[in-house]
Amino acid sequence: MSYAISVNGQVHHVEDDGQTPLLWVLRDTLKLTGTKYGCGVAQCGACTVHVDGTPTRSCTLPLEVAASARITTIESIEGVEAQAIRGAWVARDVPQCGFCQSGQIMSAVALLRTLKTPTDRDIDVAMSGNICRCATYNRIRAAIHDAAAQLGTAR
Amino acid sequence: MTPILQPQSRVLSRRSFLVTTGGLGIAVAFGSVPDLASGAAMAPAAEGDFRPNAWITIGVDGTVSIISPAVEMGQGITTTLPLLVAEELDADWSRVRVVQAPSDAETYGNPGFYGIQLTGGSESTRGYNALLRMTGAQTRLILLAGAAGMLNVPVSELETEPHRVLHPSSGRSLDYGEIAARAVLPDPLPQATEADLKQSHRWRYIGSRTIQRIDVPSKVNGTAVFGIDVQLPDMLYGAVLRAPVQDERPETIDDAEARDVPGITHIVPLSYGVGIVGETVEATRRAKDLLNVTWSTTSRVRNYSSQRLLDEYRAVGRDLGQQGVPAHTKGDAEAAIAGATTVIEADYMSDHVAHATMEPMNATALVTGDRVEIWAPTQGPTGTQGFAAEVVGTTPDKVKVNTTLLGGGFGRKAEADFIIDAVSLAKAVEGRPVKVIWSREDDVRHDKFRPLEAQHVKVGLDAEGNIVGWRHRIVADSIFARTLPPVFEEAGGHDDVVTEGAKFNYTVPAHQIEYLRQDNGLAIGFWFAVGVGYTRFAIECVVDEIAAARGIDPVALRLELLKDQPRARKVIETVARMAEWDRARDGRGLGVAYSDAFGSHCAQVAEVSLNRDTGAIRVHKVWCAIDPGVAIQPLHIEAMMMTGITNGTGHALFEQINVIDGEVQESNFDTYRVIRMSEAPEIEVAVVPTPGSPFGGIGQAGLPPTGPAIANAVARLTGGVRLRHYPFTPERVKAALDI
Repeated sequence: MSYAISVNGQVHHVEDDGQTPLLWVLRDTLKLTGTKYGCGVAQCGACTVHVDGTPTRSCTLPLEVAASARITTIESIEGVEAQAIRGAWVARDVPQCGFCQSGQIMSAVALLRTLKTPTDRDIDVAMSGNICRCATYNRIRAAIHDAAAQLGTAR
Repeated sequence: MTPILQPQSRVLSRRSFLVTTGGLGIAVAFGSVPDLASGAAMAPAAEGDFRPNAWITIGVDGTVSIISPAVEMGQGITTTLPLLVAEELDADWSRVRVVQAPSDAETYGNPGFYGIQLTGGSESTRGYNALLRMTGAQTRLILLAGAAGMLNVPVSELETEPHRVLHPSSGRSLDYGEIAARAVLPDPLPQATEADLKQSHRWRYIGSRTIQRIDVPSKVNGTAVFGIDVQLPDMLYGAVLRAPVQDERPETIDDAEARDVPGITHIVPLSYGVGIVGETVEATRRAKDLLNVTWSTTSRVRNYSSQRLLDEYRAVGRDLGQQGVPAHTKGDAEAAIAGATTVIEADYMSDHVAHATMEPMNATALVTGDRVEIWAPTQGPTGTQGFAAEVVGTTPDKVKVNTTLLGGGFGRKAEADFIIDAVSLAKAVEGRPVKVIWSREDDVRHDKFRPLEAQHVKVGLDAEGNIVGWRHRIVADSIFARTLPPVFEEAGGHDDVVTEGAKFNYTVPAHQIEYLRQDNGLAIGFWFAVGVGYTRFAIECVVDEIAAARGIDPVALRLELLKDQPRARKVIETVARMAEWDRARDGRGLGVAYSDAFGSHCAQVAEVSLNRDTGAIRVHKVWCAIDPGVAIQPLHIEAMMMTGITNGTGHALFEQINVIDGEVQESNFDTYRVIRMSEAPEIEVAVVPTPGSPFGGIGQAGLPPTGPAIANAVARLTGGVRLRHYPFTPERVKAALDI
């Protein structure tokens, strides 16, 4: 079947089975490989994208559902929160192997858009769905606080 | 120093620089300049570029490209090794680009690791540092010689600052790019000796806290290319249905339904499973689920049940009549223990653990006649060449490996099973590349787990409490018997990696380490810190048991046992100070542990609490002091310690694979529990190098002390309740509390 899907502000016409997870449409049809496959069952968060602004696991989201929404991926996430998060990630050398970091960043940006100054507890709740096998958790936490502080100062 | 300047022999002619080795399409490259477009460094050498040796290319614009011979899997090595070259070359780091080495063991193999390209064992810095520093130093001499000719002055009047040769007396200077473009080089080229290496007080980059990882910028915007991200023209996708029990084979294959899935192009029977090739990942997965296969039932792995075997292993460890292969013998430990006043005897065990790298196993291969090209997140390009050649019936030199970034490795990506999948399917569809991606379920079920193991430790103390003899028996299957049979045979049936870490630097008059191999068929493999991850668990817990028996402080006992080891004492004293070891915490316990594995000294203190009703342990904080000898990148060493400590916590508390009748029970992150952010301890790291000491390994050094520090903290919190079986599941903790 053919679906019109809005990704990163652009509408793409995609021929695929409606049950195909959005993840594989992004990666293999649209060649947006920044969004990663990690588990396929919404357990690890590596495939996190924004669906109408909400962090969502694309590995379990069928194309036919995604087609009615605005999708944003790591390649095009923009705005002050995204900028602050990316900057903090680089400043603290957060990534190691880096495979999970697209998902971590998508979750972190969504958190800062909802909560301007998240507590450690807020960060735990928002980020514990994102596994990092290099265990960069402590730097992720610090970088989120950095980004929040920077946004607070900017305001 | 050994003759390490191999590259010289293939250098010399100024224009012999053709960079034909780069694997231009996919091989990763990163810029150390943050705004450098990803992949830009892979541009082929332009006419006029200067390639003084196999490692360094200097462009006419002065851009210095340096080969990273080791692969990047999060351990930061593609920054570390080129940084050593840049240091001695006196290059400006902001004008350096890093290029991943092609598969060419003769040129880029690790001199300290059998001369092959295999990144693992925390061996990269230890094995390559001398060669790379000398290569940088020699290249600097070549630039100086070239500049001397251009300026018409003796070399002795020249010096360098980053990226420039200076002639102080005339005030003239030349950029490295100008020299590369115009110099006429002397023949023969100058040779560097150890005297040409910088003294440590002149280091600009080594030890700097401002050098960042070169691969980070590409990892925050989705542009980093991992193996799973490889995209090639005309590429197909592959999936493999594997037997539920290792070593079984497909007997009948009903692929009628699988063939009907739109997009499926090939069904490929394999000796160990059934391959599917198709136009999309999703098609191959659907088809794989629709295969109807009956499997042979002859594998002896069907008898493999991990909890039953572990009981057997423990019994073997305790049965001192069963002799093991000696791994280390000093004095007569048994006789010494027989005459001891006090004997401490304990069993320590651990279940299998899985790697579960965030990037599941995958590889892409293209077979054209007798030639193979591979794009893969592999730790072992050399092994990859060999296995691929075997599949296709060609020779390893006809196999080209483009190593991508690795989304985690931990030893799993030193294996070749995922490479064999891709090459087997690519061979079946010759002429089109095939990318095979394992599902997470396959990744967990068909992992090569860390060995299931039991250890029996028996220590004798004299009337004053001094250790008189230490016996350590390690009962497990072998990794080397499968992966490096000649090494295993040559060692007389000893497995150096399975017993790794059992040999320690504590002073004991008699020490005997034995290995009792248990061959039960299930393939086991290298994991984060491999043997050290469990041998130090046993050793460090027993040291605390000795301290408790003697009624002395565990930190004091370690310092006493390490009287002649200043670096060891330094990290233990440092970490005790950081943790305020002597300050009691309400409801929380502190435990200490130490390791000298991988050429680095690492001591940790863990602060834990315990819910006695549920048996749940919470690790609140871990302090760590690490002496890596030379601290090349202190910031990154801190990061690697956090990796080791947090995973050390996770594997001590949660990670557990159960095999029943040969079938792995866990399959994804819902059943194989790894540590998450809310469970990660707070961590404080002190990097305390010792000037003048050798370069130590860092990748794995942080993990071994964490588990025993936690167990020791629980024992001190509970008045002596010992946890002796990884992982410390709530059930096991409650059972230990109830004794």
